[in-house]
Amino acid sequence: MMDGTDESGSPQKEVSPTTTENAGTPTSQPAASTPVPLGDNSLVVDISDALSEKDKVKFTVHTRTTIPGYAKQDMYVVRQHEEFVWLHDRFEENEEYAGYIIPPCPPRPDFDASREKLQRLGEGEGNMTKEEFKKMKLELEAEYLATFKKTVAMHEVFLSRLAAHPVFRNDQHLKVFLEYDQDLCAKPRKKIDIFGGIVRSIGKTTDELYLGATVRDVNDFFENELQFLTEYHAHLKEAATRTEKMTNKHKEVADCHIKISANLMQLSTAERGSMEKFLAKTAEVFEKIRNMEGRVSSDQDLKLGDTLRYYQRDSHAAKALLVRRLRCLAAYEAANRNLEKARAKNKDVHAPLEVQEAETAQTQACEKFDSMSACGKEELVGFRARRVAAFKKSLIELADLETKHAKSQYEFLRQSLLSLQEIA
Amino acid sequence: MEQTEQQEQPPLFDNVDITAVEEENDIFESAVQEPLQPVMEDIATDETTNGQYMEINVSDPQKIGEGIGSYVAYKVTTNTNNSKYSKRQFTTTRRFSDFLGLHDILVSKYLRCGRIIPPAPQKNIIGSTKVKMSQPQSELGQGLSMEWVENRRAALQRYLNRTAQHPVLSQDPDFINFLESDQELPRAVNTAALSGAGVMRLFNKVGETVNKITYKMDENDPWFEDKIAEVENLDMHIQKLHTAIKALVSHRKDLAALTGGVAKSAAMLSTCEEHTGLSRALSQLADVEEKIEILRFEQANSDLYILSETLKDYIGLFGAIKDVFHERVKVFQNWQHAQLQLTKRRENKAKIELSGRNEKLDQAQKEVEEWEAKVQRCQKEFDDISSEIKREMERFEINRAKDFKATIIKYLEDQMAHQQQLIKYWEGFVPSAKEIA
Repeated sequence: MMDGTDESGSPQKEVSPTTTENAGTPTSQPAASTPVPLGDNSLVVDISDALSEKDKVKFTVHTRTTIPGYAKQDMYVVRQHEEFVWLHDRFEENEEYAGYIIPPCPPRPDFDASREKLQRLGEGEGNMTKEEFKKMKLELEAEYLATFKKTVAMHEVFLSRLAAHPVFRNDQHLKVFLEYDQDLCAKPRKKIDIFGGIVRSIGKTTDELYLGATVRDVNDFFENELQFLTEYHAHLKEAATRTEKMTNKHKEVADCHIKISANLMQLSTAERGSMEKFLAKTAEVFEKIRNMEGRVSSDQDLKLGDTLRYYQRDSHAAKALLVRRLRCLAAYEAANRNLEKARAKNKDVHAPLEVQEAETAQTQACEKFDSMSACGKEELVGFRARRVAAFKKSLIELADLETKHAKSQYEFLRQSLLSLQEIA
Repeated sequence: MEQTEQQEQPPLFDNVDITAVEEENDIFESAVQEPLQPVMEDIATDETTNGQYMEINVSDPQKIGEGIGSYVAYKVTTNTNNSKYSKRQFTTTRRFSDFLGLHDILVSKYLRCGRIIPPAPQKNIIGSTKVKMSQPQSELGQGLSMEWVENRRAALQRYLNRTAQHPVLSQDPDFINFLESDQELPRAVNTAALSGAGVMRLFNKVGETVNKITYKMDENDPWFEDKIAEVENLDMHIQKLHTAIKALVSHRKDLAALTGGVAKSAAMLSTCEEHTGLSRALSQLADVEEKIEILRFEQANSDLYILSETLKDYIGLFGAIKDVFHERVKVFQNWQHAQLQLTKRRENKAKIELSGRNEKLDQAQKEVEEWEAKVQRCQKEFDDISSEIKREMERFEINRAKDFKATIIKYLEDQMAHQQQLIKYWEGFVPSAKEIA
């Protein structure tokens, strides 16, 4: 689904259905996949199991590796979302990785929407028949499960991308994350932290604006990229939001058929003879249409919505790289100015220490900036290729699935019409 | 054939006026009606018109006049081979109140004898005011009012066709006149929502409703007992189904609008995308989503016009059936009342005979005979309306089953066509996705 993972390679997760949100803890059974023998120096990460406890999700991270530094070749650790965030932050703050696009952090598990719906369903229980209620509940549970699976998949993608990256895979923090079987002390964010996070992100945006206004980029490529990514990110975000709204509404349209089907069924009991049969059959048809429309909606969400959302985050990560580069450029320019100042101040002194220091600092800044630019350019080109490939894949899959669904619904309607005409 | 001639003849019992003899204002007052000649005809009602067809089209809604006095006129085109009509095809212009007037006329003529008269569309003050106040230069059928006007046009067309399906109503001189005459019809006075007559009508209705609630007749006919329960039951289920389908219509419309939003954002993304192939594919996606937006609106329309509106019509028709049932109750009340009066007269006569005041005996005897005739007439009327309702219901049930099935089949066929469109759209999109290099 996402880049960095091979869909067929990742074990298919079987998640058992839940009854209620707290009693039921959806777990994905550890995949009993036969381990493929690993080549030298390889690192394969997947999430073999996940457990939902109240509002926390515990992911079991499974690692298989032949990299020498690891104590074991096969290990399991339990991690929570906050620890993923911690890992992401370690990468982001590492100066050495400033020239790389850091894989975007997976979004926080969010089951609020499903829970709220379930609650509303409970409140409206009196207004519907048992049959309807059962169906609606099943529908919501399926939705909850889908969200759950998706959360797991997104956390897995994050780790897989790190593990597949030539530089990131050797990171010490990653090693700790995969190996250390204790809590990583990444406590769930307290209020003050969230506030701090907001201040930090405000700092970041003002930084971005300030840098954008003060630092003149010498390189057209990067300047264009920054402009492009800023705009692109905004459009992706818009498209992702709208697609989500559309698929949610589509789901509601599908769910409308439950009530219609139930009412048709009831009506059929009030009828006689061929009308009774005819309406009962029609009720069945509507029920089936609901299933089909529901699938269309979830596939749209999976193929179009998820791709847009992922690249919304990935483009943000790419933009972060550009901002870091700008900051580096600002530092480089500052070093230049310092050097000039030092030279001007010490122009009468022979081989002054201050100038030498400034020169070293300037050379270092220059080197850092250059290497970062080179690395960044590669990363951005890589990002583009990755993005285009991923979009291509999911657009083709989207079109194929839509065609498939429309065809099967067409065929189903054709068959139903034949049998209905027989009754009529 | 004969019923027109019959109408011109004086009604059989015209000289007998129940209301005139009324001394006490008793509770049966509301049940007592102006005598009217029952339009009984020999046309077999359950027999479908053999080889006859009648198709009525309501089209071209046009706003006439301006401001509060303005109204919408519709072109009514009829195609028929019914021998009662002078031509095979003809067209006239009618306004909404004419349709209501026609319904009132038909009700006043036929309700009494137990006919199910298809109800006319409801008046809708908000909608009509919107149309009245809309800018004259803006073409009718645009913007907000478009849906409303189309909705009403379709409802009027269905109303006329349902009436035309009825073997008796379709041959009614007023109905024929409505369709054939190119003259303006006399303004129907009491159709205006807030006129004096309208208010009076409202009062009458309230009175009838009270009567409906308070009077419970002893049902001797098990057929009616079953039918009344059955109709109530069907009506309730259909109302529920109608509500569910209305929800579908509104969600589907929202979905269409949101799909349009996705199309727009895909187009924006496409202009921003620097990769040519992907940009082209995204622009194609925008095209596809735009087409799907239109398709979703079409789906919503078939939800609305095929399913929802048909159900709404049936809810109205069940109302008409209940009216007929109630009419029968009123006739029954009349009969009971007459019986009561007859007993009184007989007692009166007996008293007179006992007292030996022979000079009054003649008068009393006359009254007894009068009421005997009346009781007989009322009983006949009751028997007639009962059997007529049975026939009408049979016809209605047959038509309803046919209509329901046809409606659902039409709806599913529409859905099928929509899926076919979807297949076409997405198949057309695949190459541009595959071409992304």
